[in-house]
Amino acid sequence: MRIAAPVVAAILTLAVGSIFFASLGHDPLPTLYAFFVEPLNSMNGLSEWLLKASPLILIACGLAVGFRANVWNIGAEGQFTMGAVAASGVGLFWPNPESALLLPLMFVAGMGAGMAWAAIPAFLRARMNTNEILVTLMMTYIATLFLSYLVHGPWRDPAGFNYPQTALLPAAAMFGPFDPAYRLNPSIFITIVAVFLMWLFTDRSFLGYKMSVSGAAPLAARYAGFRESAAVWIGLLAGGAAAGVAGMAEAAGPLGQLSPQISPGYGFAAIIVAFIGRLNAFGIVLGGLLMSLLFLGGEGVQMTLGLPSALTRIFQGILLFFLLAADFFIFYRVRLVRPARDAHALETAR
Amino acid sequence: MDLFIAIFTGTIIAATPLIFAALGELVVEKSGVLNLGIEGMMLMGAALAFWAVTAGYSMPVAILAGALAGAAASLLFGVLALTFLTNQYAAGLALAIFGSGVSAFLGRGFGSEPIEALHGVNIPVLSDLPLIGPLLFRFDPMVYLALLMFVAISWFLYRTKAGLVLRTIGESPQTSHAIGHPVIRIRYMAVLFGGAMAGLAGAYLSVAYTPLWVENMTAGKGWIALALVVFATWRPLRILLGAWLFGGMTILQLQGQALGLEVPSELLSALPYLATIVVLVLISRNRQMLALHFPASLAKPFRPAN
Repeated sequence: MRIAAPVVAAILTLAVGSIFFASLGHDPLPTLYAFFVEPLNSMNGLSEWLLKASPLILIACGLAVGFRANVWNIGAEGQFTMGAVAASGVGLFWPNPESALLLPLMFVAGMGAGMAWAAIPAFLRARMNTNEILVTLMMTYIATLFLSYLVHGPWRDPAGFNYPQTALLPAAAMFGPFDPAYRLNPSIFITIVAVFLMWLFTDRSFLGYKMSVSGAAPLAARYAGFRESAAVWIGLLAGGAAAGVAGMAEAAGPLGQLSPQISPGYGFAAIIVAFIGRLNAFGIVLGGLLMSLLFLGGEGVQMTLGLPSALTRIFQGILLFFLLAADFFIFYRVRLVRPARDAHALETAR
Repeated sequence: MDLFIAIFTGTIIAATPLIFAALGELVVEKSGVLNLGIEGMMLMGAALAFWAVTAGYSMPVAILAGALAGAAASLLFGVLALTFLTNQYAAGLALAIFGSGVSAFLGRGFGSEPIEALHGVNIPVLSDLPLIGPLLFRFDPMVYLALLMFVAISWFLYRTKAGLVLRTIGESPQTSHAIGHPVIRIRYMAVLFGGAMAGLAGAYLSVAYTPLWVENMTAGKGWIALALVVFATWRPLRILLGAWLFGGMTILQLQGQALGLEVPSELLSALPYLATIVVLVLISRNRQMLALHFPASLAKPFRPAN
């Protein structure tokens, strides 16, 4: 039954999408076709689909570890940005640009930067009792400004015609694509490993179980002696590490350089992916593939039908709305009762 | 002297959208509901109000349209959180994303031209007083409305029976339900009110403060408003003071840029976000102070036993 909700939500989102397209004067069926099928009609489309699903799945896996313990890291976008910045920094300025160590070093730098960016809200929540939702979000705005500062200032490519972007990363700092015709690259294996690790942690480890108890029943967790601060640290650091690595893979893969806009909102979309996937490793894979399709479809209809790409965010929101609503019918038995005339209630309210 | 007047009035104006949004969220949270979607509701309000002005409607109608757009957006959250008993964090986030998408979609035809901003008032005698006039009596009407809302909400929450009922529901919905208060209905009203206030905040940004339409023009102000409610430890007066503090920060940042300070502009732009973190840490460290006015049932779904 838990699996039914995402399916129902996806179908309802499609239904609302059809009505929406029809009201814009587009024939719904061809538009839906252009949105959800056409992107997958070619090898290039399939490559792009997996390329975009990879960071979404990776980040969502990390975030779900925290969400299971009621640790609300909603600043993955910032951790992603910092991961991309640190990894690109290593790639651009490492003394030997042909070193085979370059990619592994960038991996470590990206992961470290993402974790460091998440460690600040973790410390503040664990030691200072500060709400992590607000801090992670504020840190995202700061990360974006930091990136903007770097590409407009010290890291700007001197040969870049004054565009706010860095020089291109050297070849040794890039994941070479499987096939030069398409952009899909081996960084997708990182995501596959992460999904497996996430499954091991949540379903097969005692620590993961303790985290789930902390989320589902905080009082029971405290009674059992599970430390809340441990859940906070692990939850935030897992999200930060995953987002940092995703940022690294994005910089060393499709981007190849930094510019002020490096993410189409992967960090925020990954939150929805984690929920669609029921905070479960394999569910997240499906959720990430669906979300990736939304991004692709949004780009597709923008180019072919001239519809704005903001549609992607609208569909993301609607999908999450329906998913949450569908849960209600799974977790509760709905009984229709005639409302009692609560004259007494009104009387006391006055 | 002119610089002082500029900083003072600039602070008050920059604080106005925060006052609207944070006061609205205060009422919502006092009823025990946490709506994280302020950013989305503000954007909807901003888009609708801007559209109304460009479509030729008068300013009051445009601002009302902004408020209604915010309320309509909040209804989506209300249905999920109150009727479908969903996780309020997730529902609020969904609203934030949805609102930013819908507003960007609506705003695609708005162009980048500024509109004629809401005028300042001109009160005979008062507005012409030296010093006092420009300092206090030449703001646009929304600034005064924000202060009026502050007085009205403080009075409502702490001086009326209905306000007491609302606060009781935020503390213990079970108890309130047991003595016969319509918990869900009152929470709906609080959520709608919060949405309308967020819509007003957004409308203020697009028709008075900026006054033009830019995608995602709220730039985190909705989240800062959320932080303000925590910072204020759920008390109206401190929301007002906090909003002025943040307004001052924004103006110092703009003045700093104008004076050509030798710091990167990004650092100045990051100041409000940094300040939000610092302020939250300072307040949150004191658990007792935080717990004193904290609505005990905040973000917990309520299902009547029968």
